[in-house]
Amino acid sequence: MDVPTRFSGPAVQSLLPSSEPVQLIDHDGNRAAPQVTKEAYPIPDVDLLLRGYRQLVTGRRVNQQASALVRQGRLAVYPSSFGQEACQVAAALCLAPGDWLFPTYRDTVAAIARGLDPVQALGALHGNWHCGYNPLEHRVSIAATPLATQLLHAVGVAHAAKMRGEDTVVLAMCGDGASSEGDFSEALNFAAVFQLPVVFLIQNNQYAISVPLSRQTAAPSLAHKGVGFGMPGEGVDGNDLAALLAVLGAAVRHARDGGGPTLVEAHTYRMEAHTNADDADRYRSREEVAQWLPKDPLRRMEAYLRTRGTLTDDDAELAAAAAEEVAAQLRNGWQQDDVDPLDLFRFVYSNPTPQLREQAAQLQEELARADKPDAVGSTPSAPQKLQPEGGSAR
Amino acid sequence: MTAVSDQRPALADAAEGDATVLTFAGALNLALADALEADPTVLMFGEDVGTLGGVFRVTDGLAKRFGPDRCFDTPLAESGIVGVAIGMAMNGMRPVVEMQFDAFAYPALQQILSHAAKFSNRTRGRVHLPLVIRIPYAGGVGGVEHHSDSSEAYYAHTPGLTVLTPATVQDAYRMLRDAIRWPDPVVFLEPKKLYFAKETVDLGALREDYARDTADRTGSPRYAAIGKAVVARPGTDATLIAYGASVPVALAAAEAAAVEGRSLQVLDVRSLVPFDDETVMAAVRRTGRAVVIAEAPGFASVASEIVARIQERCFHWLAAPVLRVTGFDIPYPAPKLEHYHLPDVDRVLDAVDELQWEEDE
Ligand SMILES: Cc1ncc(C[n+]2csc(CCOP(=O)(O)OP(=O)(O)O)c2C)c(N)n1
Ligand SMILES: [Mg+2]
Repeated sequence: MDVPTRFSGPAVQSLLPSSEPVQLIDHDGNRAAPQVTKEAYPIPDVDLLLRGYRQLVTGRRVNQQASALVRQGRLAVYPSSFGQEACQVAAALCLAPGDWLFPTYRDTVAAIARGLDPVQALGALHGNWHCGYNPLEHRVSIAATPLATQLLHAVGVAHAAKMRGEDTVVLAMCGDGASSEGDFSEALNFAAVFQLPVVFLIQNNQYAISVPLSRQTAAPSLAHKGVGFGMPGEGVDGNDLAALLAVLGAAVRHARDGGGPTLVEAHTYRMEAHTNADDADRYRSREEVAQWLPKDPLRRMEAYLRTRGTLTDDDAELAAAAAEEVAAQLRNGWQQDDVDPLDLFRFVYSNPTPQLREQAAQLQEELARADKPDAVGSTPSAPQKLQPEGGSAR
Repeated sequence: MTAVSDQRPALADAAEGDATVLTFAGALNLALADALEADPTVLMFGEDVGTLGGVFRVTDGLAKRFGPDRCFDTPLAESGIVGVAIGMAMNGMRPVVEMQFDAFAYPALQQILSHAAKFSNRTRGRVHLPLVIRIPYAGGVGGVEHHSDSSEAYYAHTPGLTVLTPATVQDAYRMLRDAIRWPDPVVFLEPKKLYFAKETVDLGALREDYARDTADRTGSPRYAAIGKAVVARPGTDATLIAYGASVPVALAAAEAAAVEGRSLQVLDVRSLVPFDDETVMAAVRRTGRAVVIAEAPGFASVASEIVARIQERCFHWLAAPVLRVTGFDIPYPAPKLEHYHLPDVDRVLDAVDELQWEEDE
């Protein structure tokens, strides 16, 4: 039997990732040694790198500030992207304003880099409501917690855009752990079958809470999962902003030109615990963490730009000042909690059902009672009983 | 079991004109066609809904008429179908998706319960999801395992979902049109047993009536049946409250009771969420006695909720405890056993007999 050509040869080769993660700048901030990659990834121009650098500085500051706010009880929880800022920044910078970003709970820095107000971006973690911002305003979907589920929404947004002939690319983020979920496979499959303009970005930070990558997959790499769905996969050094911008930029262009989806795996490391509530010492050694310190994305980009003379002390000071500004915004955010208890009922449906109206009225009455000084300390009484008007039982 | 694949196309009997014999499935097909025609953002997709026209033929002819962009087959992945529909609805479309059978919608529960139901609330009303999830449900058709579940309680228990289930050919049309125009996600439960029920319908009148009943007079859209229960048969002695495939059972029971001189009112709930307390309670107060009928296991069910609501709101009007006739609390039985499980006329009449009549008689 003849093996169909699409079972082997160049067609399949073009779907496989390059033989090692794409790297343009090495750990010390020098131009990386040339690699054999499946396509040429020229280093992005300095303007873009400088913009990226400033966002890295801000992103790092946001991570530090948000963790501090958790310690102060101002945020309920914060899943930090410390060490993953290059992925965060590149995910935002490779998109145009009309594109869409689908972040996870760990991707607040990406949302801020895309232009979201930082206080709004962290709103859900402060706890007034579940989102914090209007997803339609910057085309940043609500951060997804149920793992990989958002990837399907991204595919649907892309499908609708493609049907209307719009020039929209959707970038959907997830973690290494999420790549084991069924929705991950379903999303990649739909995107490939319908040739939709979606870029899937896996931040492989080596852990899903405590579980290491080796327990998620036996694949050579997560980028290799693309070929099974008929879409190209590519691996990239997730701490190298230049390489990320080059690889994601190429994937976005490919999608925009009608070439369909791409799967990008960024190899990075979660430098902090899963969240502030997690104790990473229970499942990984500090030596392991220390090995990633020299690969830091911010230090690396700064070194590269300084050696080229592109980044001056003044530039660095300006970047730091801008980051301080954002940190101050976060510290000054949520001065008062203007929560309205009746919001509980307002948005469940476009128009509250009669039952929700009744329940809202009940809560309103309880609140009115509690407002009266003589009611202080008394427990809310039972909901008003429905009495028959006049007539007795049959 | 897709043993229905030899069914005639749903609209085989239907043509424009005065009196047409229309099946329940044909009415759904007509509603989809009219909605696709009326609104370019409406889309229909799922498993086998394109070329084949759906295993129950509800989407028959739509792909041909509206093209493969508006009605199409997807990969076999229910979570994927609903998740993609959510994304499309976020981005300006009104997708209608078909789950092939009740129990095969379960892979999509995460998407339905955690996202479809919650998106508006999570985003404080910034993002609405106008999408319809059509699910053939319930039994009585001799289906093998996993083809006969009454899964309405899972959806009705989830705030944010609108849950509808028509019981007549006319309602099949009206309610699916309503569902597609509704701004929030709808779980649209189609009783399999009724798919090939027929009524003689004037198609022109059906469409005109729908247009008239839903004409926008106040600047806000109106709906023919969402949130509105309907009296399917008037009666004075007791009220049978039913929905979906149990409505014909209730009607048959009322017919049989009439022969014995007892006048039973039949109420078709049809909109499980939002629930029409007003109409249901008024009906129960008129008769003072009630039996709730549904196929689903009775424990923690929609039927239980209806009984609880009546008890809270009509206690002083009741002459007897409100009873339920439901399926047993068992997994759906094998085909040869299902008739022991399903509420039937005798079981309904037995329940009616227990409504403490002695004082009156
Ligand atoms: C469907 C689902 N299962 C479990 C969880 C609980 N959970 C939250 S984050 C997480 C780990 C995810 O790891 P990964 O996808 O690698 O992302 P990371 O947190 O490393 O960024 C788990 C198990 C969840 N949110 N959703
Ligand atoms: Mg991870």
